[in-house]
Amino acid sequence: MIHFNDKTMLRVNEIIARYPNGKQKSALLPVLHLAQVEFGGWLDVPVMDYVATLLNIEPIEVYEVASFYSMYNLKPVGKHLFEVCQTGPCMLNGSDDIIDYIKQKLNIGVGETTSDGMFTLKTVECLGACGYAPMMQYGKTYREHLTKEKVDAIIEECRAKAN
Amino acid sequence: MGRKLLLEKAHVEGSRHYDVYRREGGYRSVEKALKMQPNDIVEEVKKSGLRGRGGAGFPTGMKWSFLAKPDGVPRYLVCNADESEPGTFKDRYLMEFIPHILIEGMIVASYALGSNTSYIYIRGEYDWVTDILEQAIAEAKQNGWLGKNIQGSGFDCEMYVQRGAGAYICGEETALLESLEGKRGNPRIKPPFPAVKGLWGCPTVVNNVETLAAVVPIINEGGDEYAKIGVGRSTGTKLISACGNINKPGIYEIDMTISVEEFIYSDEYCGGIPNGKKLKACIPGGSSVPILPANLLLTTAKGEKRLMNYESLSDGGFATGSMMGSGGFIVLDEDQCIVRHTYTLARFYRHESCGQCSPCREGTGWMEKILLSLEKGKGKMSDIDLLWDIQRKIEGNTICPLGDAAAWPVAAAIRHFRDEFEWHVNNPEKCLTENYGLRHYADPIHVPTN
Repeated sequence: MIHFNDKTMLRVNEIIARYPNGKQKSALLPVLHLAQVEFGGWLDVPVMDYVATLLNIEPIEVYEVASFYSMYNLKPVGKHLFEVCQTGPCMLNGSDDIIDYIKQKLNIGVGETTSDGMFTLKTVECLGACGYAPMMQYGKTYREHLTKEKVDAIIEECRAKAN
Repeated sequence: MGRKLLLEKAHVEGSRHYDVYRREGGYRSVEKALKMQPNDIVEEVKKSGLRGRGGAGFPTGMKWSFLAKPDGVPRYLVCNADESEPGTFKDRYLMEFIPHILIEGMIVASYALGSNTSYIYIRGEYDWVTDILEQAIAEAKQNGWLGKNIQGSGFDCEMYVQRGAGAYICGEETALLESLEGKRGNPRIKPPFPAVKGLWGCPTVVNNVETLAAVVPIINEGGDEYAKIGVGRSTGTKLISACGNINKPGIYEIDMTISVEEFIYSDEYCGGIPNGKKLKACIPGGSSVPILPANLLLTTAKGEKRLMNYESLSDGGFATGSMMGSGGFIVLDEDQCIVRHTYTLARFYRHESCGQCSPCREGTGWMEKILLSLEKGKGKMSDIDLLWDIQRKIEGNTICPLGDAAAWPVAAAIRHFRDEFEWHVNNPEKCLTENYGLRHYADPIHVPTN
């Protein structure tokens, strides 16, 4: 049975209380973020159905939102998700090389996950860090001014966490 | 060096936290505003000449004065922190390093507009910035600037941060409101404008982060004083986020009287182009605005020095000018390929189109595909005309400005760099390994002035 833990449930109720009565649907985006963190990094259908029940809306209202926004993963992703920006300003500063390097280093293509389930590589469009290019999102924060050496270090950091 | 109104305290240690911010003079504008009549605050903002800093440049005071005030209906202030225009990263800097200036400006605006609840809609990827803002809101609340009866004024003011989830379109104000209501970010047909029917159908003002922060110096010093800075209808200061091929990418607060040449080459700002390369082109106001070759960037078609302000950057219209836009300043050096760069932008707009209007949904996909084939040396001469035709059919034919935003970069690239596109068609092998280079685009008389 899918259920948020007590701490997350408190947070959900806090979020719903930000809106007028009857407007709890407004909590959908923040609650989906919480669900993605708590339930394995992606939104499976039963998870979306659970969120619909929590907010007292139809499941389709959750599916259509989850499929619209690029931060919601509708398929499983690796333990560590690298989202590398490839838009204009990052491209000018060598993001294509960084993407190629990660592909080669992890032996996966864009959108793929390593066979051990550790890493997923995605390319994304502009993350608003153009002055610190090339860059990627990893977890809650950005990794900026990427070089091959920095990519190596980040991958090592992830592997160290696993041990 | 020009005056700094927003970033003056950004480098003071601890400026992120309430105690330091307050010690440095923070929240004075709220003290002052609470003693004023709300309408007088709107008048001060009108006098300041402040124009929306998100990209459209609409006069803020006028936007505020359009807010409908039916009895018994709540009004809302929403801060647009969904910064996603490629080249633009200024709001992040403000929120990350001096979050209280946004909160302070929002309290003043809330009081002026009679909004008791406001929301900051921030792009989902700025996850850690959300934490910083929530921390700052909690500090402001502890110190009586938010909550019930703030500073004993009788005015209630609540503020919440809401994260988006990765959709450029939600920077469009009606798409933002849809998203805030828990829906897909499909822009609404206007009218009705948000000032009449906005969040949950209630009158709503949506303002950019930098716009709301600018309310603080306007109230502190008065609208007339603010209007004295700058030139013409470009009053006050503007944050420019500079990136691409420059020595010193970052955020600069300028007073809109400096020239584009000074901005690029002076050590005070971008510090010139790295590795002794020459300037080829620049997108001065975020990826949607027209790209200009160096010669038209530095001087207008009339031969005057182009300045970093609303009027000068748009001098010449789209034929020979561009726009101030969001202040996302993207510089391309002589080694950059215009076709490839335009392709990445077209891919961006295809990815971000909400899919509601056919011209944008279909057209952005076609433009991306054609640009990719040109870039790969597989294009035909007729593809260039086809691209031109598609962009023309998108522009003006969509519910929201994303269609225009997708069309303009392609149009400007062909308008100014058509020979580079033709070179790709005529040199299908060579274009894979070589660069078209600078050719006639650089300003032949330009000498760096630093």
